[in-house]
Amino acid sequence: MLYMLEQSLARPQGEAMATEAPVAHWQALASSVGRRQAFLPPTRGTVYGTLLNHRDALAALGDQVNAAPYKAPPKAPILYIKPRNTVVGHRVPVVVPADAPELEMGATLGVVIGWTASHVSQAQALDFVAGYTVVNDISVPHASVYRPSMRFKCRDGFCPIGPAIVARALVPEPDALDISVGIDNETVQRSSTAGLVRPIAQLIADVTEFMTLFPGDVLTVGVAANGPRARAGQTVTITIHGVGQLENTLVSGDST
Amino acid sequence: MKRARVAYGGAIHDATEHPAGLRLADGRVLAEDAVVWLPPLELGTVIALGLNYADHVKELSKELTVTSKDEPLAFLKSPGALIGHRGQTRRPADVTFMHYECELAVVIGRSAKNVRREEAMACVAGYCVANDYAIRDYLENYYRPNLRVKNRDTCTVLGPWLVDAADVPDPHHLALRTLVNGELAQQGNTSDMIADIPALIEYLSSFMTLAAGDVILTGTPDGVVNVNVGDEVITEIDGIGRLLNTIVGDATFGR
Repeated sequence: MLYMLEQSLARPQGEAMATEAPVAHWQALASSVGRRQAFLPPTRGTVYGTLLNHRDALAALGDQVNAAPYKAPPKAPILYIKPRNTVVGHRVPVVVPADAPELEMGATLGVVIGWTASHVSQAQALDFVAGYTVVNDISVPHASVYRPSMRFKCRDGFCPIGPAIVARALVPEPDALDISVGIDNETVQRSSTAGLVRPIAQLIADVTEFMTLFPGDVLTVGVAANGPRARAGQTVTITIHGVGQLENTLVSGDST
Repeated sequence: MKRARVAYGGAIHDATEHPAGLRLADGRVLAEDAVVWLPPLELGTVIALGLNYADHVKELSKELTVTSKDEPLAFLKSPGALIGHRGQTRRPADVTFMHYECELAVVIGRSAKNVRREEAMACVAGYCVANDYAIRDYLENYYRPNLRVKNRDTCTVLGPWLVDAADVPDPHHLALRTLVNGELAQQGNTSDMIADIPALIEYLSSFMTLAAGDVILTGTPDGVVNVNVGDEVITEIDGIGRLLNTIVGDATFGR
């Protein structure tokens, strides 16, 4: 069963990745393979993060956007890349680096691309989506978003994704999904994809104006303000209603 | 050995250098302009360095708000942004300052985590020439350099060859230059890098695992000027290769 699960979750780039199975099917599969069994990530494409795409995250910067070093509010989508060494699956332990005892959890919806998308219109954008998944865009906490070091976002394991990709057809309102973050079973953050500066279709259109998205690529819609922090020993669970529940435990660097 | 990946006759091929141009793995010998050149390897993570030559730092100093550097300024590209030798790069009609950057590309050959400087060069598989275009009109001060400037389709050129590390005894003493329409526009030497190759591998592997197929673009010296539609841009590094690229306009891309 686990073998089948891995095969179905980790599909090579270029193949259709969405499953027509409902979320309950994945949850049943996940529970059937044992509580601590780790998953492979559901895609091997490039993962793009979007910055300041939650209205409250942008509002948290306030007038700072007009002061140095930013000097003006953002115009185009602000993106970054989570490299392949960061991508892990559901239930894979995430190592907390010795120099950063507390990590920031970035709960967000991952839009998984199904067909090569270049210069697509907002009206057509969702046709290029295979499905949706849950992403935890983990960072070493840092205040400035001017020119952050790769050390803050590109550590090994800093981008859990999964458990699975849920087909687009099964997520009729991706711009109205509730997201909650639990740390050791206590809910510490609630947000929604209803609070986006650029809703999903507009984000895809604006990004593909200059950069092609390929099948298997994941575009996250951005994290809310004040991401909760977690430490080694704690278990972080991100739930997106209708998409899935992604759980990862933080472990200290000594245990690897 | 110099290796390439090309499209020819309905398939993608590995190829090697040949006096007449290149030789496909199946034995066919072809002229350089008879094939479509792809980036010379299947790309993993692509890391680029900003401001890694002292003279280029000086050149851009007016727009820098951070001057002290306590760590290399590294950022990421996606594999989909890269194209090969003899390719076309799009210059949008609305921009005023789009410039090339000739860079030595270091290709990682094996997994590397917490590699010390002394052991770093053993992780290098080989080298390529890169031309890493930037469009400064699109620069914004969030997560600099933002992807709209530095990760545009067709704006990173890599090739023509992947040259085995064994054939490059001193990668820190290579002359590099850019010619625009045959005129020398940029020149420098890899000996002027601020963070050299072992320093970059030591730094990057201190917080992330590098893997075979990852590429580090090591930065560019000064001498970046605007290019226009129709320009032929050659970035060249002695012993590594001569990478040709042509600037085309929006019409080519149906825009």
